This record gives sequence, C-alpha cells and structure tokens, in this order.
Amino acid sequence: MSLTLDQVQRIAHLARIEVSEAEALTTQGHLNGIFQLIEQMQAVDTAGVEPMAHAQDLSQRLRDDAVSEPDRRAAYQAVAPEIEAGLFLVPKVIE
Amino acid sequence: MINAGLKELSQALAAKKISSVELSSLFLDRIERLNPDLNAFVTVNREKSLKSAAEADARLAAGTAGALTGIPIAQKDIFCAEGWTTTCGSKMLANFVAPYDATVIEKLHGQAGMVSLGKTNMDEFAMGSSNETSHFGPVKNPWDRTRVPGGSSGGSAAAVAARLAPIATGTDTGGSIRQPAALCNLTGLKPTYGVVSRYGMIAYASSLDQGGPMAQSAEDCALLLNAMAGFDPRDSTSLERPAEDYARDLDKPLAGLRIGLPREFFAAGCDAGVMDAVQAAIRAYEKLGATVVDISLPNSHLSVPAYYVIAPAEASSNLSRYDGVRYGYRAPEYGNLDDMYMKTRAQGFGAEVKRRILIGAYVLSHGYYDAYYLQAQRIRRLIANDFVEAFKSCDVIVGPTSPSTAFRLGEKSADPVQMYLSDIYTIAVNLAGLPGMSVPCGFADGLPVGLQLIGNYFDEARLLGVAHRYQVATDWHRRLPGGID
Repeated sequence: MSLTLDQVQRIAHLARIEVSEAEALTTQGHLNGIFQLIEQMQAVDTAGVEPMAHAQDLSQRLRDDAVSEPDRRAAYQAVAPEIEAGLFLVPKVIE
Repeated sequence: MINAGLKELSQALAAKKISSVELSSLFLDRIERLNPDLNAFVTVNREKSLKSAAEADARLAAGTAGALTGIPIAQKDIFCAEGWTTTCGSKMLANFVAPYDATVIEKLHGQAGMVSLGKTNMDEFAMGSSNETSHFGPVKNPWDRTRVPGGSSGGSAAAVAARLAPIATGTDTGGSIRQPAALCNLTGLKPTYGVVSRYGMIAYASSLDQGGPMAQSAEDCALLLNAMAGFDPRDSTSLERPAEDYARDLDKPLAGLRIGLPREFFAAGCDAGVMDAVQAAIRAYEKLGATVVDISLPNSHLSVPAYYVIAPAEASSNLSRYDGVRYGYRAPEYGNLDDMYMKTRAQGFGAEVKRRILIGAYVLSHGYYDAYYLQAQRIRRLIANDFVEAFKSCDVIVGPTSPSTAFRLGEKSADPVQMYLSDIYTIAVNLAGLPGMSVPCGFADGLPVGLQLIGNYFDEARLLGVAHRYQVATDWHRRLPGGID
C-alpha cells in the first residue's frame, strides 16, 4: 500500500492540520515507510481472535450521579487563549 | 550525598544531619551548574522548590513526616502540577501553567511531602525514543554528550544519571521509562497497567500509558512506587486493589527462580556488545540460584507494527483536544474556525506528533478501520496470549531492554522507522499491560547496557526483588558517568 499526495492532504484535513505542498511530500515519504512496517500485520491470520482494546479486560467502573468536583471554572478559563464573560471565544461560526 | 539512595536520605533527614532546604539547594545548585549543557530540565523554580522544602522541614520537626518527606525529586513534564508550567515537551503547551495537580503529583508532594526540583525534558507528547522531538531541544546523555539519553523520559533519565536529582518520575507507553533507563545506567520500572493513576498525566495512548519510577536502584524504585501507586477514582482504568508494599520481596533469595529467555529476544537484531552484557547477567543470575528456561514469544516481531497502529489511533483521538480554544497555543492569525484549528495545530505540533496523528486518523478512517485498527487489536491479543503461555513455565522473563547502547544525536532522527525499532523489546510489554523493568547490567564500549526484566501481572514486588538481589551482587548500577561531580 502506498499513500498518494491527495490522500495525505485528505488525512491532514481530517486531523485538522494544515500541510503545505512541500510538507505533504516529505510526510508522504515518511508515512509510506511507516506503513511498510505496519503492513507486516497483514500476513497474519487472525480469524477468530477477539480484538484486545485494553490491557485489563474489565468493564468500566460506574459512580453515583452526584457532584464530586468543586467549581474551578475561573482557574480553568485563566489558561484559555481568549475568553469573555466566562465564555471561550472562537471566530464567528454563524453569520 | 548526591549518590545516596532514598533510605539513606530519609535517615539523614530524620536524624537532622541535613535539612530538606539544604538537600534541595544542593541539587538545585547542581542543576544550575550542569543543566545548561545537559538540558535535562525544562522548568526549574528555586523559590517554589525551597518553599516546599521548608514545609517538609516543618513536618520533619513536628514529627509528622513520612519516609519520603523532604526528599527532592524531578518530575517528567507530562504530569500536571498546579502553578508549574507543564509543557509535555510541546510548543502547544509551552505557556500552559497547570491549574490542577495530577494524582501522582498530589501523592508525591501533597501526601508524601517530597520536594519537586522541577520539570524534566521529554519527547513531545512522549512520542519518541531519543528526546530529540522535544520543542525545547534535545537532552544530552551524561555518559557521552554527543549521544541521546533515550526517550521519551530522556530528561528524567539524564537528571538522575548526572545526579541533578536523586530520583525521578517517568512514563512508559512503548518503552519510555525502560529504554532511557537502559541508555543512562538507571533502574526504571513500568508497573502493570492500572497500578499508577493516569489522572493529570497528559495522555498519549491511553490504553498503554503508565507512570513509574526512574532511580539509582531497584530499592529506590520500590520505595517511590509505594508512594506513587494506588487506586484512584479519578482514573477510569485505575485498578481497585488493596495497597501493597512493593519493597516486601527485596531480600527474598533467588533460589528456585525460573528465568524465561525468549528465543526471539536472543536472535539476530541486537548489538553484540549489548548481548554480551545480557548473557553475563544471566550467568550471574544462575550463580545466585536461578534456573534458565527456554521460552518463545512467537508474535513479538509484530509488536512494533501493531503498536504503530494502536498508539497513533489513540493519540489522534487524545490530541484532538489541542484546538486553540480552551488552553494551549493558538495561531496568531487565522480566518474562520476551521482555519484556526488547522493553523493552530500545524504550528503547535512538531513533525513526529503530526506524523502519528495522521497515521491514527488514517487507520481509524472509513474503509481502513478493519484492516488496520481491528487487525492490530487482534495481534495485540496474540502478543498478550504469548506472555500468558510463557509465564506457565517461568517466573520472570529476561532479555535486553534496547537493541543498542545510546546512539548519536541525529543518528536516527531522519528515519522514523529506524527510531521506532529502538523499542523492539519493550513495546510488547505495554501491549500486554505487564510490568517491566530495566536494570544496569554492564557496558559496551563505555556505554551502559540495560537488562530487561518482565513480570506477570501485578508481580512488581517480585520483579523489584529479582533486580535488587542482582544489585546486591553487582555494582553496575553504582557506576557514574565522568565529569559530573
């Protein structure tokens, strides 16, 4: 398998990372080298093998639906790039 | 004092032979003198450190101190520490002052009363095996300053190796504690997945990430793990297990111990000098009463390919949070919202992080999920099953930690695949979720070699005992790099 430049640009868009044409070319080379390594997996017959998502096959713990954390909104917003009146500011989304 | 272990430091503090402020100042002075060249720390704050040292001294005076109170420690810059800049080695978080403490930080400082000497350099978002992907520049290996310290916990490794700190924390997703420990002549332990809380530990690949100690000896690792480990309701994958004393088996004799040697770890692919030191360590274990068992991990050669699907897939999801909205870097100029995301992430992430995000986005995308992601998860199961089978005939598994000693700065940075292969012996352990250690076992051409010890699930105490008995009989772990006094 080998990725085309268009595919590299498409993945980069999916990941929301701007990639210039020059970067796309270098990235294409690197990714294809990495996928060559990954391709070794395809030769393995894994029919009937249960996928392993996690090191411990446990179900997720549940807790009571109760407030457990204090209100630290101001501290958490103090590290934001841009806030106003307790809201995170982003470029206008709705015209 | 700079070569003292935790027990000795604890006794000196308790006997008032030295105060925590004096001890912390000793290490802060060393950092000031030696760090400009080594680049092991990215953040040092003498005032903050000495303030907590004074608090520790007050606890020592009041008789409310614990075993580790007042002992300085270096924290990998992946752990959020309130009021400390927490960068994770990235431009994305270069100005991020954490508003809360990771559980590990709360346990080590808030509860145990240890003193933070600062935050150590690391590969960006823990993605790397050489510390060269850090936004803050590479770390130099104290054993040879033209060489890498390993990664991703390279700053922690160099800091302890050069005695800028008595001990440090690290994290290990594919070998990031064990490989730098091997390359810098340290003892490092990656615990069983779920033993150390991941709360506040910046996520790379959540099903693999695990924090652990990096120290001068197995005994120190045990003492630090006692303070780091434990159930944490804030981490959904933290394991609810009773607290245990990880130092309980340190003095247990090795007679009857069955050491499994995986054929695949002793085949081609490992440097001769590394293999010689590993073989000598195995003979030393036999002298100590252990017996050697031939075992096989037939799917271990698939661990690197499977890892480079699973870890990037999880990373692409985890790192989607860096969007320039709630915290971290935001591009100075942009058009609409999408453009802000694209430019922020293009400018804020380095090349290796972008590569892994792109791989992850691809293997999770429509049409490729089954062929890559599910196939990798199935292979993960095969790899884990190999260990289950192997542990039927042995108690610990032994082999090299890394196929080579420390390589030169720049030697592998142009070729990602070559860099990835530095972790061929460590990655399978993360995929299975087992505990693993690296222990100094000799030198090849003057550079340290690490012996990897792999245990069954929750066998940390046994592993630490197996390492400690070896360290009582040998002095490799006491050897120091030149020019650090």
